[in-house]
Amino acid sequence: MSTAALPPEVESLIGQVQYEEMGEFPVERGYVWTTCASVENGNPLYWDDAVAQDITNGPIAPPTMLSAWFRPHHWSPGRDVQPMPLQVHFDLKEIFGLPEAVMSDNTIIFYEPVRMGDRLRTRQILRSVSEPKTTKLGAGRFWVIDVEYLNQRDELVGVESYTGFGYRREGSPE
Amino acid sequence: MSAPLTFDAVHAGDDLPELSYDVTATTIVLGALAARDWRPMHHDYDFAVNRNGTQDIFMNTPNQAAWFERYVTDWTGPKGRLGRMTFRMSGSVFPGDTMTLRATVESTETDSAGCGWAKLAVALTVAGEVKTTCSVRVAIPTDGDDNPWTRRGDQWVP
Repeated sequence: MSTAALPPEVESLIGQVQYEEMGEFPVERGYVWTTCASVENGNPLYWDDAVAQDITNGPIAPPTMLSAWFRPHHWSPGRDVQPMPLQVHFDLKEIFGLPEAVMSDNTIIFYEPVRMGDRLRTRQILRSVSEPKTTKLGAGRFWVIDVEYLNQRDELVGVESYTGFGYRREGSPE
Repeated sequence: MSAPLTFDAVHAGDDLPELSYDVTATTIVLGALAARDWRPMHHDYDFAVNRNGTQDIFMNTPNQAAWFERYVTDWTGPKGRLGRMTFRMSGSVFPGDTMTLRATVESTETDSAGCGWAKLAVALTVAGEVKTTCSVRVAIPTDGDDNPWTRRGDQWVP
């Protein structure tokens, strides 16, 4: 994606590590089972401890659950503002004044398995921002954001790369 | 779930068994909440229609990923290990849709560490219209004794 004609405050963010933070809770099986139930995933790795011990040396989480472990609680005591997951995405919406956004592309690369009790750390890196584009949704810009996930042993467990499109619907107020 | 697969049984051009599923509002909401995605377009009809301009609440990205994972590992068995998924959404999945997942093996390779890989082209369609495509790189045991999950460091090149 071209970065031509970007505001300096956006251009300076490209390639920078931002929002390095710990997940709010350790990886746990309740969400694993709820996720498997939501897609009727009967993989015995997630339901049968003997199989998990044999194949993965103990229970692990489905690899595609990576993003679940860093999404903040909807509410927690003493917090007035709901923090946004993928904050870089919301920062860009704010900077460009684009009230709506969707994700179009998503690549996930899986490394070390995520295990019960792991405390994951994430960091976000803006990779690129497009020139202004118009799609059937409205006028806006595409951007690519990487989220890296590491465990408490500083092992890389995964990298997610998101392509988002922030936009303003046709006819909506500036 | 089908029997565990070994790499020698996988060939370019193979089709995976099809999976169809009738999506309900519960499917969408359960999937979003399981992924800890509290954003209203995945559970609030009024927000989805009047703010986002979509026809209804719609399935979120992490839940689609979970569907693709389930679909692929139904085929490989539990020793199948995902290496990489790239997906592109061209439309949304709504309550009332019957979604269908299909996949073809595009290619196979054994990497320098001896890991057997299949590259799959997976498509999620509704009424014949492609909503999401997903390219999956998945490790498959090379024989009955191999277990891709034991690979670490430079033995695991996803």
